[in-house]
Amino acid sequence: MKLYCLSGHPTLPCNVLKFKSTTIMLDCGLDMTSTLNFLPLPLVQSPRLSNLPGWSLKDGNAFLDKELKECSGHVFVDSVPEFCLPETELIDLSTVDVILISNYHCMMALPYITEHTGFTGTVYATEPTVQIGRLLMEELVNFIERVPKAQSASLWKNKDIQRLLPSPLKDAVEVSTWRRCYTMQEVNSALSKIQLVGYSQKIELFGAVQVTPLSSGYALGSSNWIIQSHYEKVSYVSGSSLLTTHPQPMDQASLKNSDVLILTGLTQIPTANPDGMVGEFCSNLALTVRNGGNVLVPCYPSGVIYDLLECLYQYIDSAGLSNIPFYFISPVANSSLEFSQIFAEWLCHNKQTKVYLPEPPFPHAELIQTNKLKHYPSLHGDFSSDFRQPCVVFTGHPSLRFGDVVHFMELWGKSSLNTVIFTEPDFSYLEALAPYQPLAMKCIYCPIDTRLNFIQVSKLLKEVQPLHVVCPEQYTQPPPAQSHRMDLMIDCQPPAMSYRRAEVLALPFKRRYEKIEIMPELADALVPMEIKPGISLATVSAVLHTKDNKHILQPPPRPTQPTGGKKRKRASDDIPDCKVLKPLLSGSIPVEQFVQTLEKHGFSDIKVEDTAKGHIVLLQEAETLIQIEEDSTHIICDNDEMLRVRLRDLVLKFLQKF
Amino acid sequence: MDPECSQLLPALCAVLADPRQPVADDTCLEKLLDWFKTITKAGSSLLLLQENPCLVELLCHVLKPQDLSSRVLSFSLRLAGVFAAQEDCFQYLQQGELLPRLFGEPGPLGGAAWTAPSVRSGWIQGLRSLAQHPSALHFLADCGAVDTIFSLQGDSSLFVASAAGQLLVHILGLSMQGLAEGHPSLQAGDWPVCAQKIVGHIEESLHSTAVPQITQALNVLTTTFGHCHDPWTQVLWVRLSPLVGSLLEKDPVPAAHSLVDLLLSVARSPGLSSSSCGLWETLAQTLNHLSPTQAGPLALGILKLQDCPQVLRAQAFVILLQPLACVLKATGQDPGPSDVLDSATGDSLTVDALLSSKAACVGLLCRTLAHLELLQPLPQRPCPWPQEPLLGAAVTLLQLCRGSASPASDVGRHLCALLLGCVRVQRAALDFLGTLSQETGPQELVTEVFAVLLEYLRSPDSSPTVLKKAFQATFRWLLSSPKTPGCCDLEPHALLVLRELLPVLQKRLCSPCWEVRDSGLEFLTQMTRHWGGQAGFRHALLASEVPKLTEQLLRDPESYVRASAVTVMGQLSSQGLHVTPVSPEHPGGQQKSLLVELLHILSTDSEGFPRRAVMQVFTQWLRDHHADVAGDTEQFMARVLQVASQDLDWEVRAQGLELALVFLEQTLGQFHSHCPYAVTPPVAAPAGPLAQALQPLCRVRLFEFAFRALFDCDRPVAQKSCDLLLFLRAKTASSSGSLQESRSGPDVASVEAALQRWQAGDQGQPLGDLEPEVVLAVLRSVDLEGLRGALAEGSDHMEKSPQSLLQDMLATVGVLGENEADCY
Repeated sequence: MKLYCLSGHPTLPCNVLKFKSTTIMLDCGLDMTSTLNFLPLPLVQSPRLSNLPGWSLKDGNAFLDKELKECSGHVFVDSVPEFCLPETELIDLSTVDVILISNYHCMMALPYITEHTGFTGTVYATEPTVQIGRLLMEELVNFIERVPKAQSASLWKNKDIQRLLPSPLKDAVEVSTWRRCYTMQEVNSALSKIQLVGYSQKIELFGAVQVTPLSSGYALGSSNWIIQSHYEKVSYVSGSSLLTTHPQPMDQASLKNSDVLILTGLTQIPTANPDGMVGEFCSNLALTVRNGGNVLVPCYPSGVIYDLLECLYQYIDSAGLSNIPFYFISPVANSSLEFSQIFAEWLCHNKQTKVYLPEPPFPHAELIQTNKLKHYPSLHGDFSSDFRQPCVVFTGHPSLRFGDVVHFMELWGKSSLNTVIFTEPDFSYLEALAPYQPLAMKCIYCPIDTRLNFIQVSKLLKEVQPLHVVCPEQYTQPPPAQSHRMDLMIDCQPPAMSYRRAEVLALPFKRRYEKIEIMPELADALVPMEIKPGISLATVSAVLHTKDNKHILQPPPRPTQPTGGKKRKRASDDIPDCKVLKPLLSGSIPVEQFVQTLEKHGFSDIKVEDTAKGHIVLLQEAETLIQIEEDSTHIICDNDEMLRVRLRDLVLKFLQKF
Repeated sequence: MDPECSQLLPALCAVLADPRQPVADDTCLEKLLDWFKTITKAGSSLLLLQENPCLVELLCHVLKPQDLSSRVLSFSLRLAGVFAAQEDCFQYLQQGELLPRLFGEPGPLGGAAWTAPSVRSGWIQGLRSLAQHPSALHFLADCGAVDTIFSLQGDSSLFVASAAGQLLVHILGLSMQGLAEGHPSLQAGDWPVCAQKIVGHIEESLHSTAVPQITQALNVLTTTFGHCHDPWTQVLWVRLSPLVGSLLEKDPVPAAHSLVDLLLSVARSPGLSSSSCGLWETLAQTLNHLSPTQAGPLALGILKLQDCPQVLRAQAFVILLQPLACVLKATGQDPGPSDVLDSATGDSLTVDALLSSKAACVGLLCRTLAHLELLQPLPQRPCPWPQEPLLGAAVTLLQLCRGSASPASDVGRHLCALLLGCVRVQRAALDFLGTLSQETGPQELVTEVFAVLLEYLRSPDSSPTVLKKAFQATFRWLLSSPKTPGCCDLEPHALLVLRELLPVLQKRLCSPCWEVRDSGLEFLTQMTRHWGGQAGFRHALLASEVPKLTEQLLRDPESYVRASAVTVMGQLSSQGLHVTPVSPEHPGGQQKSLLVELLHILSTDSEGFPRRAVMQVFTQWLRDHHADVAGDTEQFMARVLQVASQDLDWEVRAQGLELALVFLEQTLGQFHSHCPYAVTPPVAAPAGPLAQALQPLCRVRLFEFAFRALFDCDRPVAQKSCDLLLFLRAKTASSSGSLQESRSGPDVASVEAALQRWQAGDQGQPLGDLEPEVVLAVLRSVDLEGLRGALAEGSDHMEKSPQSLLQDMLATVGVLGENEADCY
């Protein structure tokens, strides 16, 4: 059993598991932090960004000045942003049989895999994952395509040149594999390969293994996966949450008794408690608005935003913010808000019960109805006529490199009354802000990551008790910035196996059994004999038939009637001859009684030695040695067949025959 | 006993003795017993029994085999004890062999009733009352009661077990009273038999291997040394201390908690000269033998002792400080120059106790912090007080709980993992840090204190209770920061802290959690009260958004927060800190609006707390001659009293009377001098000026408000009104006589009629405009003293008499009887 690790990002995993005869890709995350090295794509021409000076080497050589621009001490690539893809060379991706998706954030690299690697298999995901994943992809494509940029920089990627660049460009990894965003056509084609599944649904893969998605509690439709054969069980835990937010709670019980548990997608900010952060978010929002400032919340169009809107729904009246407009701007804003209301079966119990009242499960419906929350596909069009300040704007993209957020950063950045509140944990907020410096607006970092923290993981592992844990190497040591925090790492016994990008792990686990079915007529013919209370044995002669990873014992073909004793059997008659089989023996030999029996039968001078596996009975006079072990008995005597047979018969007295 | 009760008593005794008529209610029996105790205390019990033979009959009757309730049986045992406390009465009861039958083998002791804990408890309490004289001791010895008491020490009911222990102490004390003054000899044979028996039992128990028995013995001794300080106790201690000392040789020390109590009780006893009987050595030995968790309370107790050898105190202090020293050492900090903490480090037992589990670590640290907090303000606390390392330890603990400390050692990392996010330790450490503000420390450490406090105030993870404590500690440290001589403003460093603090406070005032908003406002109130007049503070506050945010909290959805906001706003306004841009044509226009806003809250808020807060602010404003109020006081008063009189919350109405009193004093103050040394005018004050002085009170309808309050259904309001009117009458008493009858308003008769209607509960029509003369006449005619007397009585004063108790008890049973009759 092997694990190929194609992504180094612990929360955007992409691993391939070879298990029995199947090749299963687990998630397909796309590392978008690479975009932080690029200049933002403004919606409207930004004189500030377009007039940035080109960057030149220390010796004054300015051949890169078209590709690289300098902005308040940082160097950015002036080009269409590019993403860091999962490893494609480690394993031939056309051999992947299936891809299992755990949540909508972990499928963003799907078009690159399904459309460009010769992949011919099936992708499995839940319905909300697919629908919201589609929205995220659609938004991404829309954000990038609507501000076409002719230039595509590649000079700087040359290894010899990259070495000369300042950090962080110098340290960027795998730049040669960075790719531009996919197209909507590729998205549609990729999504068409997905087959929808429901929680606890059992899906057979070639008869060899069965995969089952389980609720993971993190997002709408988010799943952990169980991959099991008859005697082995691998759990894949990716992006799970034990907090009570909108999704269905996590199914922990089904993860029990795993041989291997692959653990990814823990919280990215283990020191920030989501409850505290939500409070912080509300306080800072109210403080800014009460002072007449605007609040900008860079966010994804789905996920935490539902919870934030719900908190604000409860909070705005009490904080006296009822007349402050809340704007949600995204090409998929409308679909996201509406989709969330129709996936009732995927929601937590509280929200499910609302549907029967009937009421919309999320209170943002009421915010929209009362005109407190308004949503727009883009800041062009209706928004510009409705726009009123002070206000709160939720918009993408959290990297601040593309999307409507770029415009608001340019618009509001100059006033210290305004605040930008970062709630998505995927990007370093300082790096995200770098191309906007100097910035007068206040910046608040309230990362809300509801995924498991290390305390919860340690409780979970105690509860489900897997034999082995496999996780990204980042989880096996404290974060570099807090090296003394021994609590910020996975602590389990045996220690977790860790992996890093482009590594192949042989999982520490051997398959020992295979299930074999037995045909009814063959079963009928068995004559079991009870050898111990509760344990019966029977001998069987049969033909093993193997097809589609299923093994069946069938009755042997009837032997042709022997026509005469002298006629020789044909060589092709490959039938085991049952008659010559010796009886099978079972039971154990109690040494003391055995010695007594030997003495009764005239043997003397008997010595017994204990060995690691059993005993040796020495008959010194007869120069004979009887070695008794759990599953074998040897009588070693010097060419005295009579003696051997006598001894053998004495041994056999203690054993059962059938 | 009065004859009425004497008449009722036989019937009651008959009822009690009748198993078919169960006593409904325990409390009646308790009251009855209390009453008998009062009677016997005041007079002869013997006489009482002779005059009321029914009582003895009752006591005899309960002994008959029958299904009497355990309550009545228990009551009878206790009653017998109360009577037998007087020796002559004891003899009287002994004549009839009643006492042995009640308390000895033939009594309930051997019967089925004994299974009821209340009977066992009654038996013990009866004996406890009875054991007051030498005859009682003989009785106890004769009927073998002491052995029964020994066994009851281990009773399943904790009340019985504890009472048994106390009874033993009492009997021991009583029997030793017989000995002559001076030191009894150590020879056991010289002691009274009863005392010998009890001491022997204690010795036996101390030898035992069963922890419960040792605990019982230690508890009896603790009570003995705590209550009795006669010379014999010293002999007792000399005799028993080797046995107690031998307990320390066992590992673990059995009944350590009780042992600590005993040793401290002995050490505190004035009857023992501690130096002569080896107590200090035992204490020192005990400190060494107990586990860190058990040793803490003993160390604290030793440090609280008034006179105690310095060496022992030092040892105790080292033990007490050990957990904190470990924390400092584990985080790689130098415990500082203090020898005390230096010698406290390196105790592996304490480290083990700290690291054994989260619960143990948290428990030990919280207890240590609490002990040190108790010790800090005491005059006998250790000197020199290691302020600096203690401050360091508190700060480090707070950092460990937040994960912001970076310990280098393994122990430190382990501690960090145990304490991370622990709210209990956070609260204890913040409290302790606040206590340490009584003294200051080196500047860099104070800077660290403020840094960690700010860290807590800023942290989104601080729980509301932790935040509250952090606010309190911050305030105490701001208060304690050194002041420039001759100036009570905040010193420059504290001002810097304040500048950092205000943005945090701003954010906290916007918190979604109401407890946090509330503690933020409380903190602001405290700060404004202290530094509201100081330039530095005013400047920083006015430059922030805090006043504006506070005003918005007047409309908070949570009533507690609104109430706190009202208080703060009232104070800010008084100090001139409630400033919003004032338009030139409306000078002070914004100021007016606060008054309007508070009036709005008073008349419309659905919750009591904000309304009460408004009334308090108004009262303070009136006292301080606040500009808004002083402008048109009469209109203000009239409006507020009108709203307050209709309030459903009695505290608001009571506060309205407080406001009225202030107004009254201010109005009449102009009429009469308040100066106690002023020469009283020889003639009555002329009517004219008095009437004139009363006019404003009439105009604001203060009298109608007060008269109505006089008959308020809530007693405190009525009392307050009564006091106010009596005060007014005293003020105006000298001006009687020459008043003219009213001309326009209602006359005296109609006012009196209205008052009668109000008293009857009919709060109908208003009175209309009253004339001062009518008011004065009514004041004289109403029996205010009588009313005050009636109000001062408890509401149950009519029902409290013994007669009524007896009647009630009979009535309850009588009702039952009637029902029975109906049935047949």
